Amino acid sequence: MNAPVWLDLLLSALIVVGSFFALVGSIGLVKLSDFLKRLHGPTKASTLGVGCVLLASVGYFGAAGTATLHELLVSLFVFLTAPVSAHLLVKAAMSLDGRLAPPDPAVEPAARPGATERSG
Amino acid sequence: MNVLNTVLPWAIGAFAVSMLLALARMLRGPGLPDRILALDTLYINSMALLILVGIRFDTELFFEAALVIAMLGFVGTIALSKYLMRGDIVE
Repeated sequence: MNAPVWLDLLLSALIVVGSFFALVGSIGLVKLSDFLKRLHGPTKASTLGVGCVLLASVGYFGAAGTATLHELLVSLFVFLTAPVSAHLLVKAAMSLDGRLAPPDPAVEPAARPGATERSG
Repeated sequence: MNVLNTVLPWAIGAFAVSMLLALARMLRGPGLPDRILALDTLYINSMALLILVGIRFDTELFFEAALVIAMLGFVGTIALSKYLMRGDIVE
């Protein structure tokens, strides 16, 4: 297929950026120390990586003349569902481990457990 | 598409490595939410990998597979999280 050079470079850049973000997200998933930190890595990086790859796919098949709406459907679905699943994961982790929950703002700060190292 | 054909195997390799890292986190734990998060990352990466393979082989057969993986992975993550929260999926 004969495509212009700028499209070739644009698609390659999108794919490189997408795979880089996915790799960084997974490295963060392995290396970080706490569950909330580990949640922070892949939920953002993977969504951005998948978004870049889907954009590259839209460009490639659009240049080939066989563009469909499926990639846009997949990217819309991922962008809608990734925050929801991350939110539910945090809620599940908080219900399993009460220390992850934020302190109750109605309680006086001096009465909270662990307030001595936080205030100051 | 010279540059693209050079870049694509490296990108597929990067996604495979990130899937391996997510698999390592899923096997190591330490908690159940970590394993669910690793599963979530695994299915998102596998979806992007399928789309890259579709570009590599110049076929659109893989988009439906990616869409199905996206939907079923989301439902699986939600069901597992609800099970951890409540001890039940459908209340």
